[in-house]
Amino acid sequence: MAGRGTWNPLRSEQEAFQFVIGAIAYFGAIGLASALGGIWVGLAVFLVLTFGGVAWFLNRNRHLGPPPPVGSRQTPDDEHRVLVVANETVAGRKLHDAIRRSTVGRPSKVLVVSPALNSPIRHFVSDEDKARRQAQERLDRSLHALADAGIDARGEVGDADPVQAIDDALRTFGADEIIISTHPEGRSNWLEKGIVSGAEKRFTVPITHVVVDLEAEAAEPVRQ
Amino acid sequence: MEAHAADAHAHHHGPPAANVSSRIDSRVLGMLLFIGSEIMLFGSFFTAYFFVRVVNKYPWPPHGEHLPVFVAGVNTCILVTSSFTMHWALTSIKRGNRAGLKAGLALTFFMGLTFLLTQIAEYSRIGFSPNDNAFATIFFSLTGLHGMHVFIGLLLLLAATIRSFRGHFTPEHHHGVELPGIYWHFVDVMWIVVYTTVYII
Repeated sequence: MAGRGTWNPLRSEQEAFQFVIGAIAYFGAIGLASALGGIWVGLAVFLVLTFGGVAWFLNRNRHLGPPPPVGSRQTPDDEHRVLVVANETVAGRKLHDAIRRSTVGRPSKVLVVSPALNSPIRHFVSDEDKARRQAQERLDRSLHALADAGIDARGEVGDADPVQAIDDALRTFGADEIIISTHPEGRSNWLEKGIVSGAEKRFTVPITHVVVDLEAEAAEPVRQ
Repeated sequence: MEAHAADAHAHHHGPPAANVSSRIDSRVLGMLLFIGSEIMLFGSFFTAYFFVRVVNKYPWPPHGEHLPVFVAGVNTCILVTSSFTMHWALTSIKRGNRAGLKAGLALTFFMGLTFLLTQIAEYSRIGFSPNDNAFATIFFSLTGLHGMHVFIGLLLLLAATIRSFRGHFTPEHHHGVELPGIYWHFVDVMWIVVYTTVYII
């Protein structure tokens, strides 16, 4: 995972030891203040250190500024490469239309990336087996849906963070265009998290955002 | 993990490939969950402590009682130092320094033992017993619970120390040191919390 790494003091002895050092400094300062100035001074130091520590933890990466934009690895001149990032909406007709528009009339390769979406708790303890298995199942269904729609594509399970999954794919597959498919506003977790806008800021590759309303498509008559 | 529309249902021979989360070892995860439960256990005792002290406005320590702050402070220094020797032991084996591993583990074990024996001596001379009043009950419960954890940590350290003297552990394989190390640091941090809240504040 790029960006903010999750620090877990119990992941290794090294991190646990750093936690001990932090605890010594924290409680040492509180204890010293209490012993020298009384309980109210100790309480003041406790509050300052606690809120200061929380503020530092929340802002620890802010001063780094935005990362430099990421481009794609070199793609062949005679081939148009499309990177599709989608989850449940990969079966949507609008997405298929967008891929077809992008690939029609020229040699193309399509890579579908299915992020291994995971719960924060499972992510914290690195338990991603189930998430990857479910992503693989979604991907298999997606590739079949694309094959049924006449689109030849291959797929990969990507990182739990969709933006990171795009980053990884750009470094290995390369792409001339990225298509991100989401549910409509209000129902899309990705839009709520700013995945599309985040990807637009981070990557120099052109991005097409396709909104797929699966419920509306299901209600429409099937096109022949 | 890669798939293709054409071969998504390709025949697979033999058992499926083992799939284990790559970010954390299951044994480390077990220790993490165990320590999580321990934090909840200690949390319940601290809740009782703060309830007695803050909500009931119980004088701390009660009039006539005296806590051996200095002796416990020296004991705290011993336990904190043992975390450093523990870290030294693990750093040593990662670098292939077996002598450092053995010395670090042995020192950690003996400092932990010193801590525990000092605490037992403190109990025998402290002048009050667990059934005297709420203060005494909480004091013995919190420090006793921690002492029990130190005892368990000592057993883990003893096993690791014996194994190190028998030639176990390599720079690549030293989980038997890593896990007691995480546990020992946890015990250390818990004592720092206990000492600060019970003895100092």
